[in-house]
Amino acid sequence: MMKRRHAAWAVLFLAPSAIPLVLFTLMPMISSIRISLEQWNLISDPKWVGLGNYAKLLASPTTLSVFGNTLGYVAGYLPLVYIGGLALALALNAKLPARGFFRAVYFLPVVTSWVVVALMWKWLLNPSTGVVNAVLGAVGLPQPGWWTDPNWALASVILASAWKDLGFVMVILLAGLQSIPNDLYEAARIDGASAWRLFTNITLPLLTPSTFFVVVISLINGFQVFDQVYVMTGGGPQGASQVVVGQIYDLTFRYGRAGEAAALSWLLFAVILAITIIQMWGQRRWVHHD
Amino acid sequence: MTKPRRIVLFVIVALVALAMVFPFAWTFVTSITPDGSLADGPSLYVPNPTMAAYVELFNRLPMGQIILNSVVVSFAATALQLITGSMAGYAFARLQFRAKPVVFAVYLATLMIPLQVLVVPLFIQFRDWNLQDTLFSLIAPSAASAFGVFLLRQAIEAVPKELDEAATIDGAGHLRIFAMVILPLIKPALATVGILAFMASWNSFLWPLVVIRSPELQTLPLGLATLQGLYTTRWDVVMAGSVVSIIPIALVYLFAQRYIIAGVSHTGLK
Repeated sequence: MMKRRHAAWAVLFLAPSAIPLVLFTLMPMISSIRISLEQWNLISDPKWVGLGNYAKLLASPTTLSVFGNTLGYVAGYLPLVYIGGLALALALNAKLPARGFFRAVYFLPVVTSWVVVALMWKWLLNPSTGVVNAVLGAVGLPQPGWWTDPNWALASVILASAWKDLGFVMVILLAGLQSIPNDLYEAARIDGASAWRLFTNITLPLLTPSTFFVVVISLINGFQVFDQVYVMTGGGPQGASQVVVGQIYDLTFRYGRAGEAAALSWLLFAVILAITIIQMWGQRRWVHHD
Repeated sequence: MTKPRRIVLFVIVALVALAMVFPFAWTFVTSITPDGSLADGPSLYVPNPTMAAYVELFNRLPMGQIILNSVVVSFAATALQLITGSMAGYAFARLQFRAKPVVFAVYLATLMIPLQVLVVPLFIQFRDWNLQDTLFSLIAPSAASAFGVFLLRQAIEAVPKELDEAATIDGAGHLRIFAMVILPLIKPALATVGILAFMASWNSFLWPLVVIRSPELQTLPLGLATLQGLYTTRWDVVMAGSVVSIIPIALVYLFAQRYIIAGVSHTGLK
């Protein structure tokens, strides 16, 4: 009797979230699988091609290039925000004056939308009239073509992204640092440990849970990078900065190849899932749990 | 720490803070520079400031409407996620029903599906339902978030069950317990979920880009990206648009900064 009453309540309490999740996540997810097995331009009748889209994608050099660019983005972005964020977190964890103010300032770009950040940096990095090149020129350094140069386009996006997310990483690592008990440091200091030993033997190991969180989130978000690329370079020049999600968008809405786009989105999902699983498995080896 | 080392550290921290503020300052300076031309070399001082770029911006885009859209969509998505998420959290934390493990696993699975996988079929779905290019299409897909459900379920599980039992003895049903006992006690978790939902919705770009066509239904990120397409050479107008879209979120940040940062750092400690 009691059980039945609970079941009715469960339906009532779950329906408000279950209905949107079914309609806007589960249903499109299932149709995405179907679309990925079809050749379809969004207008005329879809044609069943089975795994043809996947085969076509795997054989295409463009696929390799967009995955390579996405990987390049992550490989440039992650060390930059992690090392920068860690340095800032350590600095703010020392008892400096005005640290609340600095923390707030570093976090300001985090609340700013990607489109705004991308536009601001596109303007700062404008090859001919941007302030960055003006300063570089004034001190006699080379002035790269930034987002107009295929060699620099991805670097421009990485720079803007790292600037935006630095505060986020700093805040997460700072929270991790503040959860390390102070008496550990005091005990080690009594034993005469140097600052470097304190850092490598206490701080870094006890910071591994926060580090793990930052790495997992950054990799998942990094592989889904889109907004800043779309705004800053549109994937160009000549596809030099085209990323996977940009290619999914272009395949669907520019070239009318929705089936291939859906298949590519599942390839991306498979890559993200594989990386996440490897990390979950690998964390036992390096993440310290109390 | 020795005094000289502290000074060096402070200088570095202050320089990075400058690097964080400078792009915002430069954006503002460009927006009030005539024609955005910086022919005299870069300088933060503008001898003859002008609002021309802002006038042009408001003439070209329905900015008032675009800001209103962003506000409406973000507040609606946040409110809905808090309601749907706390109710589901209550069901998973407090109610006994046979299908719970299965339903919970399905919620877990939806958490793993990235937006990119959904974007094409979701667009087709809204097109087939004739609901594309509506504010509804912007709000509905973010009415519930599995992530919010998990955070809130966690928070509700931390509330002692004795409180529910006492309320039950006083004759309260689930709705009363949920509203009068649980909700007031999980305010910090609600704040975290609310902040994350608001930021995600306010900054969302890919989905609005796909589903919205009418200029008067655009949200701020979409309006700005469109603006850039219209004016590849008028950086003063593009930067004026950036300034206008930074102001609302900057105001929210100014007043709620402490809670926003605490909310975000809280998610990292899980």
